[in-house]
Amino acid sequence: MSTDQQRSTDGSASDGSATDDGTDLLEVDSVVKHFGGLVANDGVTFDVEEASITGLIGPNGAGKSTLFNCITGVYTPDDGAVRLDGEPIHGLSPTKVAKRGVGRTFQTPKTFRGMTVRENMAFAAREQTGERALGALFRPGTIREEEGDIQATVDETLEFLKLDHLADEYASGLSGGQRKLLELGRVLMMDPRIILLDEPVAGVNPSLTNELLARLEELNDRGRTILFIEHDMDVVMEHCDRVVVMHDGRTLAVGPPEIVQQDERVVEAYLGGGDR
Amino acid sequence: MALLTGWAAFLVSVGTIGCIYGLLTLGLNVHYGYTGLLNFGHVAFFAAGAYASAIVTMPPPSEVTNASYQIWFNLPMPYAFPVSLAAAAVVGGALAFLIGLTSVRLGTHYLAIATFALAGVFSDVLVNEAWLTNGSFGMNSVPKPGRAMLSADVWQLSYLLFAAGSLLAVYLLLERLMNAPFGRLLKGVRESEAAAKTLGKDTNVVKLKSFVIGGMVAGFAGGVYAHYLGSVVTAQFIPAVTFTVYAGMLLGGAASNTGAVVGAFTVVAFRESTRFITTVYNWIQSTLPDALSGVLPTVFSPLPNNPSFIPSMRFVVIGVLFVLVIRYRPEGLFGDPSEIQALGEED
Repeated sequence: MSTDQQRSTDGSASDGSATDDGTDLLEVDSVVKHFGGLVANDGVTFDVEEASITGLIGPNGAGKSTLFNCITGVYTPDDGAVRLDGEPIHGLSPTKVAKRGVGRTFQTPKTFRGMTVRENMAFAAREQTGERALGALFRPGTIREEEGDIQATVDETLEFLKLDHLADEYASGLSGGQRKLLELGRVLMMDPRIILLDEPVAGVNPSLTNELLARLEELNDRGRTILFIEHDMDVVMEHCDRVVVMHDGRTLAVGPPEIVQQDERVVEAYLGGGDR
Repeated sequence: MALLTGWAAFLVSVGTIGCIYGLLTLGLNVHYGYTGLLNFGHVAFFAAGAYASAIVTMPPPSEVTNASYQIWFNLPMPYAFPVSLAAAAVVGGALAFLIGLTSVRLGTHYLAIATFALAGVFSDVLVNEAWLTNGSFGMNSVPKPGRAMLSADVWQLSYLLFAAGSLLAVYLLLERLMNAPFGRLLKGVRESEAAAKTLGKDTNVVKLKSFVIGGMVAGFAGGVYAHYLGSVVTAQFIPAVTFTVYAGMLLGGAASNTGAVVGAFTVVAFRESTRFITTVYNWIQSTLPDALSGVLPTVFSPLPNNPSFIPSMRFVVIGVLFVLVIRYRPEGLFGDPSEIQALGEED
């Protein structure tokens, strides 16, 4: 595939599915979102391949976070479509989108501060009998069984994220970087098809950043699909299979990092001025 | 057969009212402590339960003075007692469902305003719909279960035991609920609705469930209250009840069922203790040497002779208690500081 083919030149991208081998998990097709007179997304189009790491970059105000909100149901796009595995998910509530298998984190982590790390994690497990009031009262056996499984997964995931020593700490006592890890862990607990991360390493110290990126790589090796917003070009270029560049609410370029990096419009819009 | 006198009578009555407030506080704790729902209309669920019990068990209006209600069931006591309490819980829960359905989506402070206003509306309905509630005269012949078979003292004691048993049962049920994943679900919604939604939880449904459960507990408390006093009058169900319950919950520690019960008893005991102010005053005065006997009347002269002094002290005492808790122990007696610290603010 060539980057030229996937470029959206004027916002009204000709064909969102003009790609390849039919393994696209997430399709973002000409998504438009206005806020009054402000056009935050103006026909964003790209695909995320199954089991890939895709980076979403663009200057501040390019519409990246708005797009995340359009994908995850926080906003309903004014036009266009978002499809997961071919099924449209735009316009569904955040809850329903999450149930379909889209997990996300926030730019500023939204951990449950007044709950322990373990409780934060266990909360996210799907389909718990004990979450229903009557189930909680009358089915102790089932709950004990399920809790056993849930706690085992929690332990495993916390160990994977190297948060196991903090399992019984309250989330309010965690550092910013640890909260980002916890948020990632919580998302993993719902076993999502795709993980959307909003600036996962922003404001995280270098050693924890490397840790987090290593975890993402490992998750990807296990077949997880990841789409993340990031400003750090080194991170994007090193860790992504594909990069989506957004500018002024449009997709400027899509392709492998080394090719996108050399696209003169990308250089002009984002990397220009000797930034890096 | 001597009536319970002095301290014994006082303790039995404080104990029973304490149990009823304990139930109310447990209900509010489901809303605010566990789910973060700022419900300022709790008294409405209490009233709904009390009136439901009254309507189910009141005798026909022809047998009661000043009666104009047109719906009564006159179920025979004591067998109707459990039916009446179940009706109280169901009606309390149904009112919570109706109010919750329209309001539970609102953010914290807006929910507080909506629930406060709706409780006011509900109170007006109780006053005005005399065909159902007998208006401001109230329902004054609510049967006291078993009263005919027992002497006054024995009945008082038995009812205290019953109220304490009910409190214990509800406490155990709620402990079980809150220690199950259901409690975790409520707490997560309390901490961050946005996060809970993106983790696939339907937060509006969760909040509505919480609202109904707390409303049922408060309605049940209303039923216990109605059959204890034998009379249900709109003037009993004022916003001050809601705030007394809040004081109890915050004193005991939000998100702790044990705290809710202990806090409720403490607040009720403090409130009722104001009736001893005159006794204490007189006792001090009588023990002072003659030379100092003018001191107290000089210092307090405008106060004790004012008839509204003692009743208004009830609010002062609760206010002082409240200030002390907020200043010295913001998490309350049984609250977990790490958990309460962040209550009400989103990450």
